Amino acid sequence: MPVQYIPVTEEERQEMLRVIGVDSIEALFADIPPAVRLKRPLNIEPPLSDLELWALLRGLADQNGHCDRYTCFLGAGAYDHYVPSVVWHLASRGEFLTAYTPYQAEIMQGELQAIYEYQTLLCELLAMDVANASMYDGASALAEATVMARDLTRRNRILVSRAVHPEYRQVIQTYTRHLGMEIVEVPLQEGVTDLDVARDLLSEQVAALVLQIPNFFGCIEDGQTASDLAHRHGALLVVGIGEPLAMGILRPPGEYGADIVAGEGQPLGNHLNFGGPYLGMMATRQEYVRRIPGRLVGATVDVEGRKGFVLTLQTREQHIRREKATSNICTNESLNALAAAIYMVALGKQGIQKVAELNLRKAHYAKTRIREIQGFSLAFRTPTFHEFVVRCPLPPEELNRRLLPHGIIGGLPLGRFYPELADGWLLCVTEARSRDEIDRFVDLVKEVAA
Amino acid sequence: MNPREVPLIFEESVPGRVATRFPDPDVPVVPLEEIIPKDYLRERPPEFPEVSEPEVVRHFTWLSRRNYAVDLGFYPLGSCTMKYNPKINEDAARLPGFSRLHPYAPEELAQGALRLMWELEQLLCEISGMDRVTFQPAAGAHGELTALMMIRAALEDRGERRTKVVVPDSAHGTNPASAAMCGYQVVVVRSDDRGNVDIQHLRQVMDEQVAAFMLTNPNTLGLFEEHILEIEEIVHGYGAFLYLDGANLNAMLGITRPGDQGFDVMHFNLHKTFSTPHGGGGPGAGPVGVKNVLAPYLPVPTVEREGERFYLNYNRPKTIGKIRAFYGNFAVLVRAYAYIRALGGEGLRQVAETAVLNANYLLTLLRPYFDLPYNRLCKHEFVLSGRRQKKEYGVTTRDMAKRLLDYGYHAPTIYFPLIVEEAIMIEPTETETRKTLDAFAEAMRRIAEEAATNPELVRSAPHTTPVKRLDEVQAARNPNLRWRPT
Amino acid sequence: MYPEELRYSTEHEWARLENGRVRVGITKFAADRLSDVVFVELPPVGTEVQFMQPFGVVESVKAVSDLYAPVSGKVVEVNEALKDHPEILNQDPYGEGWLVVIEPTDLSELQKLLGRDEYLKLIGEA
Repeated sequence: MPVQYIPVTEEERQEMLRVIGVDSIEALFADIPPAVRLKRPLNIEPPLSDLELWALLRGLADQNGHCDRYTCFLGAGAYDHYVPSVVWHLASRGEFLTAYTPYQAEIMQGELQAIYEYQTLLCELLAMDVANASMYDGASALAEATVMARDLTRRNRILVSRAVHPEYRQVIQTYTRHLGMEIVEVPLQEGVTDLDVARDLLSEQVAALVLQIPNFFGCIEDGQTASDLAHRHGALLVVGIGEPLAMGILRPPGEYGADIVAGEGQPLGNHLNFGGPYLGMMATRQEYVRRIPGRLVGATVDVEGRKGFVLTLQTREQHIRREKATSNICTNESLNALAAAIYMVALGKQGIQKVAELNLRKAHYAKTRIREIQGFSLAFRTPTFHEFVVRCPLPPEELNRRLLPHGIIGGLPLGRFYPELADGWLLCVTEARSRDEIDRFVDLVKEVAA
Repeated sequence: MNPREVPLIFEESVPGRVATRFPDPDVPVVPLEEIIPKDYLRERPPEFPEVSEPEVVRHFTWLSRRNYAVDLGFYPLGSCTMKYNPKINEDAARLPGFSRLHPYAPEELAQGALRLMWELEQLLCEISGMDRVTFQPAAGAHGELTALMMIRAALEDRGERRTKVVVPDSAHGTNPASAAMCGYQVVVVRSDDRGNVDIQHLRQVMDEQVAAFMLTNPNTLGLFEEHILEIEEIVHGYGAFLYLDGANLNAMLGITRPGDQGFDVMHFNLHKTFSTPHGGGGPGAGPVGVKNVLAPYLPVPTVEREGERFYLNYNRPKTIGKIRAFYGNFAVLVRAYAYIRALGGEGLRQVAETAVLNANYLLTLLRPYFDLPYNRLCKHEFVLSGRRQKKEYGVTTRDMAKRLLDYGYHAPTIYFPLIVEEAIMIEPTETETRKTLDAFAEAMRRIAEEAATNPELVRSAPHTTPVKRLDEVQAARNPNLRWRPT
Repeated sequence: MYPEELRYSTEHEWARLENGRVRVGITKFAADRLSDVVFVELPPVGTEVQFMQPFGVVESVKAVSDLYAPVSGKVVEVNEALKDHPEILNQDPYGEGWLVVIEPTDLSELQKLLGRDEYLKLIGEA
């Protein structure tokens, strides 16, 4: 049976076997002990033609209720933003898509320069000195940041705010469990980290204080105070990011002294993708560059003095330092970083401010309207970006169920992660929601809750 | 290929240009300070470039022309399985039903996605002989870490605190790095003179403190471990787990299954074996398959089926927890699923057969010109040595790799595995024509000849690429990792 | 190339006794084998080091080597010039390219190191 991805014909096969000097394909596998050979065909359905395959895949995709079919007010770490057409037209070019890691720099200047531009753009957005070429996702990037803080300070205790994305906190637990590290959670006050408690917990044993800004509830933490507190004890401030677009309008972490910034870059031009691939972002200060995990692209010159780019400071990495490497990461999310770079360029200096402001204003509008509904109230007084928590008179799960037939995906019921907020409903309003959609949503909430 | 130098996008910026137009707010505009305290607001915007849409398009299109890729030509990067990436898979992954699906969407809105994951798990189990699969790991190394954590949890469940992980001297660097991230000490076992694990040495290093032996099979020399059954006996004899680094699974599809070889746990590289594109370094996906003995420790959630309903199961009391947010690199899973369904069992076996055929054919063509430290039938790849060229003509493997760029090819993997001096690791994959293999072999032959007759030509290669050899020493001594306005 | 008066470790460090203190560096052989050194990581003054235990790291573009203390004691001086100019290590490994000075706790450890001839034999240049 000819396979569309395998060019060799039966005649060529025979000829190639003759050149090799064996009489059958079977002979090429003679070194595999018979006891471990599979003596039957794989029990997988017969091959599909391209047409059958397409029908199958489209059928599966059609079973899903995606954000073009439903109006989405759900965020919680994955955000429905407008993605300019240029982003994936360019990122999907085969020259980017089907390349490997740029090990042969001379023929990979395109990828290398794009990542260098990504590193620069991210540093600008976060006001940091150095960004790496990407990590897996926000959660694993933040977990690696805590390990990096441990290595930098040679201290083992990490204070993590309870307002950090619950899944990120789970991942931090998993990553640090076998490294002799201790994770202490800092409780909340009005939807933000209780910095009075953080002050008491800080000591000479603490490697880092970890906050997320804006935090999981959309609330904006007081990064400056947290930074001063942490630094007073020689601890690092690690800032987790769930929504980088917020930095178009909010004071960026570098400006209040963050030592490591790590988080999720999905909102920068990457699709929802049912949770992945996303983009782990990581940035730090210049003096910590030799402890950052992951790849770095640096500018240099060639033997004739032409400008060029290479992977650099590779001795940090597993292929050279092996068990002493800063991390085991190898494959990362380069294509998503490329998409993020194109996105940031496509937005430009004006666009990034404008999109951030749109998110802020629309969410603020929705917030003021929702709290006017009988029985609904805002959970926290703290300022928010594009997410906020509403306390509901009926279980938020039930609300979501009633909204669904109207084509609306409601917010995240918080009871799953915060039992004390069982009536809490985490809503998200991005620039992709129009005022009409917000008004309709508010009206429907009023109607189905009644 | 010598596309023009492309200025940094920052150098193209002209104040006032835009590439994306956002609407003015359609909601009432209140003063920002009423929404957010002034202290929290940014004073100075990020210095993103100001360019128009056509400039964005030309910039990145020109950058793409300064890149080499599978879509352009032969990419014999050993251990990386740079096979063709089918285009239908790209279209599938971009269907809004997949790409615009929110990970926290209600389960009834995600039935197609969950079914795809559930079915892909069944397919990978059948291919590997494993019992369960988790899709959470984003890459091979992430899978290794996940697997070692499960092993550690299983041992602790037994009341054992083992301290060591054994890896061969030919292992990928990720193996020892992952072991260290899981709190294990790394012990290295030697290879023997046929390129197998040195069984005597393995017996010496194994003891009751060893949690796992991490093995790549076929190994990084492209050779099948001839003593796999003995290895299995030794490792299990000490109560340790046998781990497969599945980087080289391509050669095994439908031929032999890791589960039948005695492996307890393995990771798959969907971006190698199952044709998902490498994206210039990622994203990949590194699902982990386990035998039932390790299944209780899988990360949450797993995907389960109840009649015609599919759901995410978080109720796994012995789970190691989560190793990333959400469920994995889903869009990569879509591509791998499409690939497996396109080929079926029969097609997958053809993949393995042809990958091995192509590798042995190319090896046969190249054998006269280079040293071959382990002269055996290879599987999907083989490792030559450039030591002859280095010793006789002062031309290193790096030089020859760079010269290959002039001939229009990506270079093979070089200086890996570490046990081969001046290593040249070549993996042709099954998606190349015989003509391509012949032409590549001819280029290699000519380079070997050039090394003898005109070594300086090879030592100063490449000559035709957009840039010549770059100063890596300068880059590392004075790192310049971002552009700054002058 | 390999001064007579120095003591040498099997890990390619040299040790020179100077008024009761020990100056430490890496040998020409090690510097050459690393090729262009791009980074040197040294412990701060005051750090206690142990005989033949790692006390720092030297890196080239594609390789990393641990530095081993040829004598136990306390680090009393660190070559700060290497921070900005790691290339000195290649240019002058026995002079300007020294690494640290150690206040030794047990000078007899120097006797466990190799003499010049033994070291040359070790690196195959005897």
